[in-house]
Amino acid sequence: MAQRPHTKAALFWSFTRIALQGFGGVIAIAQRELVETRQWLTAQEFVDDWAVSQVLPGPNVVNLSIILGGRFFGWRGALAAVAGMLMAPTAVVLCLAALFANYADLAVTQGMMRGVACISAGLIAGVVLRMLNGLSTHMLGLWPCLALFASTFFAVALLRLPLVWVLLPLGGVGIFFSLRILKREKGKAP
Amino acid sequence: MNGAIEGAGWAVLWQAWDMFLHFFLLSFMAVGGAMTVAPDMQRYLVAETGWLSPGDFNNAIALAQSAPGPNVIFIPLLGWQVAMQSTYVTTLTQTHAWMIWPIAIASALMVLFAIMLPSSLLTYKFASWANHRQEHLGIKAFKAGLTPVVIALLASTAWLIASQVPEAPVAWLPAAMSVATAIMVWRTRVHLLWLIGCGAAIGAIGWV
Repeated sequence: MAQRPHTKAALFWSFTRIALQGFGGVIAIAQRELVETRQWLTAQEFVDDWAVSQVLPGPNVVNLSIILGGRFFGWRGALAAVAGMLMAPTAVVLCLAALFANYADLAVTQGMMRGVACISAGLIAGVVLRMLNGLSTHMLGLWPCLALFASTFFAVALLRLPLVWVLLPLGGVGIFFSLRILKREKGKAP
Repeated sequence: MNGAIEGAGWAVLWQAWDMFLHFFLLSFMAVGGAMTVAPDMQRYLVAETGWLSPGDFNNAIALAQSAPGPNVIFIPLLGWQVAMQSTYVTTLTQTHAWMIWPIAIASALMVLFAIMLPSSLLTYKFASWANHRQEHLGIKAFKAGLTPVVIALLASTAWLIASQVPEAPVAWLPAAMSVATAIMVWRTRVHLLWLIGCGAAIGAIGWV
């Protein structure tokens, strides 16, 4: 890790900034800010932490804040990061609800939401493309990784199978073969 | 009169406790994010208790998605809505109408706390446990083996969002916007808020 936040307050404000820019999903902004702008994580570390955030219960970006905050400053850091991620957006959404009780029904608002949805699908897809770049150096090899990627995508996006049914077998296959390779490497090393 | 208000007070507390418990337990099942428990919440708040109408529920999700921040903020919004719609809260606050605001805010924060607490503690415990064992083969294999799978889950999220966009006046435009955005995120360093602003503008003038 090249850089790190100096104080818990800096951590809090960074996550507030990330959260408030996250229209239609925070992951794309988080990747940009944490990996490229602030360089608190390498691209590989980001994917690793993201993997853990996704398989544990709870909102993914909130789990990611907990993992990072905890790593930098222990439980207080985790609390600062989660507070940053949730406080301002909750305040904003409640104000919106109080001000515009029927705001969601306006044609212009509906149109804007459709437009933002098209963009947020693209933002997430862009992060996917960036992450796929990293698979070329993955220990399982590029093609086995792509096969796991494609079958997971097929099962979740196209067949719409429940997440647990997909995570357990396909995640299990990935973990099993990674462990085998790691053990073999360890056996070779003196 | 006082009896009715006192009764309503107890009913509000019971309603709050019931929601707290439900959201607390649901937290353990929220693998893959808060949105994955939305169907169960809809069942509980709309079909089972009738505290919200189907329209209220959908509006809460739409509003939360159009606001900045993680999707999980639709949870405090639901807590807020339940308090606003509750006949018990209306009875309780009939003499002091302003009381509805603190009650709604408390309700919103309570359900957010309930849904966050179990999963957050679990994540924190697991992360600090794994942090001390970074060189452990099992942990390394766990992270590496899951990488292709979780990237595919993200890709699925993108796919599901894109496929829920209704047919547009210009039929090819939504897909073109998504693809163009993906390439810009992948290849350039353009600020993401510009892209979001363009999308909102294109939607506001009615092209998608």
